[in-house]
Amino acid sequence: METTMSVYRGDKNSGRFVDYKVKQFEGMVVLDAIHQIQAEQSTDLACRWNCKAGKCGSCSAEINGKPRLMCMSRMDQYNDGKPIVVRPLRAFPVIRDLVTDVSWNYEINKKIKPFKPKAKEADGTWRMQQYEVDRVQEFRKCIECFLCQNVCHVLRDHDKKNEFGGPRFLVRAASLEMHPLDTEDRIDMIKDSLGSGLCNITKCCTEVCPESIKITDNGIIPLKERIVDAHFDPVVWLWRKITGKPAQPTK
Amino acid sequence: MNSTATQTGLFSTDRRDKWWVGPLASGLGLAAFGAYSTWAAAIGVHYEFGPYLSPFYAPLIKWDAFPFSPAFLILWAPLGFRATCYYYRKAYYRAYFMDPPGCAVGEFRGHGYKGETSFPFIIQNVHRFFMYVAVLFIFMLGYDAVKAFTWDGQFGIGVGTIIMTINVLLLGSYTFGCHSLRHVIGGKTDCFSCTKFGPVKFQAWRGVSFLNSRHQLFAWCSLFSVGFTDFYIRMCSMGIFTDVRLL
Ligand code: SF4
Ligand code: SF4
Ligand code: FES
Ligand code: FES
Repeated sequence: METTMSVYRGDKNSGRFVDYKVKQFEGMVVLDAIHQIQAEQSTDLACRWNCKAGKCGSCSAEINGKPRLMCMSRMDQYNDGKPIVVRPLRAFPVIRDLVTDVSWNYEINKKIKPFKPKAKEADGTWRMQQYEVDRVQEFRKCIECFLCQNVCHVLRDHDKKNEFGGPRFLVRAASLEMHPLDTEDRIDMIKDSLGSGLCNITKCCTEVCPESIKITDNGIIPLKERIVDAHFDPVVWLWRKITGKPAQPTK
Repeated sequence: MNSTATQTGLFSTDRRDKWWVGPLASGLGLAAFGAYSTWAAAIGVHYEFGPYLSPFYAPLIKWDAFPFSPAFLILWAPLGFRATCYYYRKAYYRAYFMDPPGCAVGEFRGHGYKGETSFPFIIQNVHRFFMYVAVLFIFMLGYDAVKAFTWDGQFGIGVGTIIMTINVLLLGSYTFGCHSLRHVIGGKTDCFSCTKFGPVKFQAWRGVSFLNSRHQLFAWCSLFSVGFTDFYIRMCSMGIFTDVRLL
C-alpha cells in the first residue's frame, strides 16, 4: 500500500511541507517512512533518531498535530486516506527539517540542585525501602524526549522560557525532592526558578508522555502542595513557629 | 500545503481528532449543574421528604434571621471545594478560559499569562482548607444517609435511601481522593521508614492515591449524584414521584 507523507522541510526562518509517497509494510512506524524517504527520495532530509525502540527520546515530532515519538507511531493507525503530516516540535527553534534545537532544556536542568544524600548509617551504608523509592522511580523512567515541554502551553503558546522550567524539569525536581535519602531543600527553587505556579495543571504533558509518567498528578501537584506548606498555609506556618520544625518533616 | 513551523491563533491545530468534544462536554456539564444547583438552592422549598434531606441543604441550618434559602448558609463549602479542586481547575481552564482549549491546540497569546502565580488564581492555594471542611461534610452527609433508613422510628428502606447512600459513597470517593488530602495524609513524607507512624502514613497515602487516580471519574459521578439526589427528593416532596418503600 502506498501512503503519502507530508513532511516539513526548512529551517527556522522558512519552510514548507513536501509530499512523498512511501510503500507501507506490516508493522511500519512513521520513523520507517522517514528513513524510506531519506534512502530513496531525499537523502538530505534531516531527522534525529537513535534506538527505534522508544527509549532514547530522540525522534520526537508532531504527527497529524499530536506530539509523539516517530518510532512508536504505527502507520496503520493513520490509514484514513489523507497524507500523514509530520512536522518538527513547535516549542523549539527548528535547526533543519525535523530537527529542533532543544539546548534550552539543558540550561534549565543546570538550575536544579543535585542529589544530596543524608549521612551514611553506622555500618557505612544507606538504607531505603523499595516502597519508598517506587514513587521517584516513576519519574526516573523519563527518556528526555521533551514532548511534554513541547506540548505545554506555558512554553508553546505563552513562550515563558525565561520564567518556567516546564514539566520535564518539574518531574526531575520531584524525583530528587521526594527521594527518601535526599536532604536538599529545593522548594523555593521549584517555585521561583522553575516557576511551578505558571503551570495551570491542564495535564497536556501527562497526555503525551510516552513513558506514561503521571507528570501532573504525581509530580507537579504534590510539589505545588509542598509549596503551599512553605508559602501559603498559615496553619503550617504557625506550627513551624511553635515547634521550630521545618516545613517538611523528613528533611 | 505551506506553513512555517510556528503555530498561531486560537484553535489553530493540525490535530484531526475531535479534541473539542472533551472540553465542550465538561463545559456544558458544569454549566448545567451550575444552573440546576443555583435554582435548587435559591428556591428554598421541597428539600425534605420523609427522612430524606437534599444534599444541597445538608447540614440543615434553620436560622430565622437569615432572609435567604438555608442552602446558602452551607453551599459555599462544597462550591469552594469543587472550584479549587485540581481536577475541576483543569476542566474549566480548558473549557471556559481556553488556556489551553486542548493539547497542541492554539490559544490566545500575549495576554500576560500568569498561571496560578497571581490574583485571582493564586487563591487556588487555599484548596486544602476547603478539603478539611469537605471531609466534615462527608460525615454529616453520612449521618443523613443513616437517618434515611429510619421511618417513624422503624427501620425501613426506600428508593431515596438507596440514592442517598450511593450519593454519599460517591462523594466520599471524590473527597477522599483529593490531592491536598493525599499530601497531608502522607504525600509530604519522603522517608516513611524514618518517621513516626511511617507505615500507617504510607498505607493511608496509598489508599488516597488509589482514589486519587480515579479523581476525575468520581468528580463527575458525585456531581451527577448530588444533583440527582436533590432532584429525586424534590420530586417526591412535590408529589410528582412516589417514593417506593422496599423494606
Ligand atoms: S500540566 Fe502544567 S506543566 Fe503540564 S502541560 Fe499543563 S501547564 Fe504545562
Ligand atoms: S516526562 Fe515524559 S514526555 Fe516529558 S521528557 Fe520525560 S519521557 Fe518525555
Ligand atoms: S528513536 Fe529512540 S525514541 Fe524514537
Ligand atoms: S483535588 Fe479535587 S477535591 Fe482536592
